[in-house]
Amino acid sequence: MKLYEHTAAELSRLLQAKEVSSVDVVHSFLERIGLFDPHLKAFITPTPLMALDTAAEVDNRRMRKEKMHPLAGVPVAVKDNISTRDLRTTCASRVLENYVPPYDATVIGNLRNAGMPLLGKTNMDEFAMGSSTENSAFFPTRNPWDLSRVPGGSSGGSAVAVSTAMAPLALGSDTGGSIRQPASFCGVTGLRPTYGRVSRYGLIAFASSLDQIGTLTLTALDCAFLMNLIAGYDPLDSTSLPQDEPDYTDCTDPEVKGLRVGVIKQNVSAGFDREVTDAVLKAASLLEKNRAEVTEVSLPLTDYGLGAYYLIAPSEASSNLGRYDGVRYGYSAEGSSVEAMFSRTRGEGFGSEVKRRIMIGTYALSAGYYDAYYLQAMKVRTLIRHDYEAVFKNFDLLIGASSPTPAFKIGEKTADPLQMYLSDVCNITDSLAGVPSLSVPAGIHSSGLPMGMQLTASPLREKLLLKVASFFEQERDPLSLRPQLELSEGGSP
Amino acid sequence: MKYEVVIGLEIHLELQTQSKLFCGCSTAFGREPNTNCCPLCLGLPGSLPVFNRKAIELAVTAALALNSSIQLKSRFDRKNYFYPDLPKAYQVSQYDQPLARGGCLEIEFEGSRKHVNLERIHLEEEAGKLIHAGDSILGADYTLVDYNRAGIPLLEIVTTPELCSGREARLFLEDLRLVLLYCGVSDCKMEEGSLRCDANISLRSTGSRELGTKAEVKNMNSFRSVEQALDYEAERQEAILSAGDSVIQETCHWDEEKKVTVPLRGKEGSSDYRYFPEPDLLPLVLQSSFVESLAAALPELPYERRLRLQEQYQLAKKEAFLLTENRELGDFFESVARQYEDYRSLINWVQGDLLYQLHESGKHAKEIEPRLLIELLLLVDKGIINRPVAKDLLTEMIKTGESPQKMVQERGIEQISGRDKLLPIVEQVVNENPEAVKNFHRGKKKALAFLVGKVMASTGGRADPNELNQLLKEKLIKKRTGGRMKD
Amino acid sequence: MTVDFSKEVDYVANLARLSLKPAEKERMAGQLSDILQTARRIQELDTTGVEPTSHVLDLPAVLRDDVNRPSLPLNRVLQNTPRPEKGFFRVPGVKDLAHSEE
Ligand SMILES: [Mg+2]
Ligand SMILES: [Zn+2]
Repeated sequence: MKLYEHTAAELSRLLQAKEVSSVDVVHSFLERIGLFDPHLKAFITPTPLMALDTAAEVDNRRMRKEKMHPLAGVPVAVKDNISTRDLRTTCASRVLENYVPPYDATVIGNLRNAGMPLLGKTNMDEFAMGSSTENSAFFPTRNPWDLSRVPGGSSGGSAVAVSTAMAPLALGSDTGGSIRQPASFCGVTGLRPTYGRVSRYGLIAFASSLDQIGTLTLTALDCAFLMNLIAGYDPLDSTSLPQDEPDYTDCTDPEVKGLRVGVIKQNVSAGFDREVTDAVLKAASLLEKNRAEVTEVSLPLTDYGLGAYYLIAPSEASSNLGRYDGVRYGYSAEGSSVEAMFSRTRGEGFGSEVKRRIMIGTYALSAGYYDAYYLQAMKVRTLIRHDYEAVFKNFDLLIGASSPTPAFKIGEKTADPLQMYLSDVCNITDSLAGVPSLSVPAGIHSSGLPMGMQLTASPLREKLLLKVASFFEQERDPLSLRPQLELSEGGSP
Repeated sequence: MKYEVVIGLEIHLELQTQSKLFCGCSTAFGREPNTNCCPLCLGLPGSLPVFNRKAIELAVTAALALNSSIQLKSRFDRKNYFYPDLPKAYQVSQYDQPLARGGCLEIEFEGSRKHVNLERIHLEEEAGKLIHAGDSILGADYTLVDYNRAGIPLLEIVTTPELCSGREARLFLEDLRLVLLYCGVSDCKMEEGSLRCDANISLRSTGSRELGTKAEVKNMNSFRSVEQALDYEAERQEAILSAGDSVIQETCHWDEEKKVTVPLRGKEGSSDYRYFPEPDLLPLVLQSSFVESLAAALPELPYERRLRLQEQYQLAKKEAFLLTENRELGDFFESVARQYEDYRSLINWVQGDLLYQLHESGKHAKEIEPRLLIELLLLVDKGIINRPVAKDLLTEMIKTGESPQKMVQERGIEQISGRDKLLPIVEQVVNENPEAVKNFHRGKKKALAFLVGKVMASTGGRADPNELNQLLKEKLIKKRTGGRMKD
Repeated sequence: MTVDFSKEVDYVANLARLSLKPAEKERMAGQLSDILQTARRIQELDTTGVEPTSHVLDLPAVLRDDVNRPSLPLNRVLQNTPRPEKGFFRVPGVKDLAHSEE
């Protein structure tokens, strides 16, 4: 078995047992990146030298018998909207093409302290606005299962990196499905933690009340390892939960007996791809077979979630993105007055999806429309939260599809933003409610593409999600879920 | 038609904290540009705000001192607009759930007392500073931005529109400043911009209840300019209305040099601020015990102090005002008064020579040890030195901090008093100045002063002036009668 | 009910300080009308007496102590600006003074 084929948990074991060096591990992944990334374009900024430096340092420290974090020496890829000191952080935007943060995000500090080599910054939809990674200002990322298809988004680069073993672990961010939907399109496990569980400090904001950093991994256990490192209270983030963190890694006892499971009616909708809903129902019956109590549950407000989300998120975005004015950092146009400079900088610097959302948000917040749009959306958000609270009185776990369809074709939805927005329809209500939500592989579609299933629990019950994910892994070895990438002589797959 | 002026003020003051409202950067004034900046106050992507407890405490303290009612739950909102001094393109402020509502301040205007009511008090963040290159702000070629100030906690106090002249607005502002100084919430320096005031001003026909179209006046950088600008603007509006025209609602700048208000160009729609709750900050929830402890810790306020000073030390109103206005001087007075009971004499020294000498030497009352003045006053009271000597010693004492007692001992400048000590000197001077004696006898008053001066000169100014006067007169009269007898 | 966004585009683009090309404006007007049409469905819901959710966390704000933390060195502060000048950020002249000393 090649080093890159291992899970992060296995690499951690091998490294701690000194059976392999971190430099060897990093080399193995860099080789994969060298081989595949020219075709897949998962990375905006690969950082091979930095990764090797960290790896060498970790190896030295291990030689000196220093006490090391379990993930020391295990490399990681990071979405390019998470600030890295002295390493450009672009948000896949022309506006931030040359922006170099002078500080690290809290999660990056966690990775550095643990001695995890950073393989690079991954591609995404510009400012995390999108569901296909086509909105990157630099290049689209391709789905490794079918190069004519999108990897999902916005954390498409991170999902592709993990699914193709260009990285064993990756960080992404999820505002309205940006981890879960690409995880399902690429056949990996993606966790959106409870809002406030992972510090947002250093995460470049899209919609602050919805943004959460999360993980893209091959297995539930790998996710647990990463959560152990990044979850926890951060005094630098006022919306961080003051919460003692559990050990996420004891999720390997996949007992589902007695679990009260609700299959969300709206997320196995008749309008969805039939094979996708069948995969979810099959999984449900598997749970039932293992003596979980499975019933259907309706979250009728799901239909309104999309509307609320596409008002709240753009509203916050319109404000969060005001700072890209060409004064302190980033793209800056010339102008005869500062006002002209602002408008030109923003008009030229942002891509069309970003501008679209800024327009919607500005409109929804503007005088005369606030009550009808923004305020109403926030009230609907309250109703959705109440729905969840009520449902979680009777259920431990909710399941449904992660996306209505498997990965769609590149260019298929770019002309119609609304169709693109609809691809997040399964993910959005969890985001609005702030609950933890996990996408796990649910089998392979007849088209050869992976499908995903979404597991949702009440706040702070990530461990339950990981446990159930482990249960499904017993049925389907995640290591077998790799896209078949065949390289021709010239290097193109 | 007769018009009355209606003025509402919007006051911004920088709170006296060590660090900014949402980050740990220093709030120190006058540092090199952009050296008090971090990712948060530069608005770098990904940075997040965390409340400074002290800023909340100071804001609550100020609100309590102004009788405003503290809202135990308040919320922070984003006020969105683009301006190069605003690093995030929004100001974190409070919109519909402010920290405190209502409140009032009593001012004394033209002999009568008046309540000025407050609308609200809220907390927000300061913007950066712009330096416009070129002759005028409007025509500047380019602008330089310094974000050192960005993020300093600002308290915004909004009055109801009920002030009726520039003078009254100024008095209110001066009184407000004093209250806030007493609370220690801000240094309130208009010249450094830590206290700023914008005004809404409109006219209405006397007796009418409806408000007229208002203008907003900005850029008033001193108490005097507040008075001047508002009086100017009131006259301008009156001229417009009297001519049958109507006032346009606009924002204008006070031009300090030309003494006129100049309208500003504003883009259409620039006031659509798109307020919404700041998602990065959870609501501010105060415990009532927290508010109560701040209320209990409120210092004596200026109005209370004035009354107490009048009562406790039998001071005149004007004297009590002085000691309140000049808080340090008042504190100094009181610490002396604790051990020195002739308040009348004390206040005379304090408001006279002491104040003058402080002014001359550029020293502050808090730099002077009360013990020294007590020493000095006791030396005078015991007749050890006379007033002129005491004045000289006061000057030196303020300059050097030297003990008057010690100076007297070292220099041998005790007052010369008593017949046996003074008489020989008086006799000598009389004998040596026959011309002056003659003049005195001819009725020239100046001659006596001349002779006193001579005695003073020969004693180094130490002669007890009262006694000297008496002795001298006695001697001169005796000399006259004695002469006649001789003749 | 349809939403015609074309009348709003200029006003909103100016508020958001976005210079848009004419073709962009036209395309945007159509797309935004569609999106808002869908979003408006939330108005069907009766939300009388419902408190808006601006945060999913029902917690009060945390307060930190008033202590200084190191600021960034000046070269770090200016490292990303296109127009540093003598320790300042330089911008073209300001024409709209309505927001000075806000
Ligand atoms: Mg204000
Ligand atoms: Zn700062």
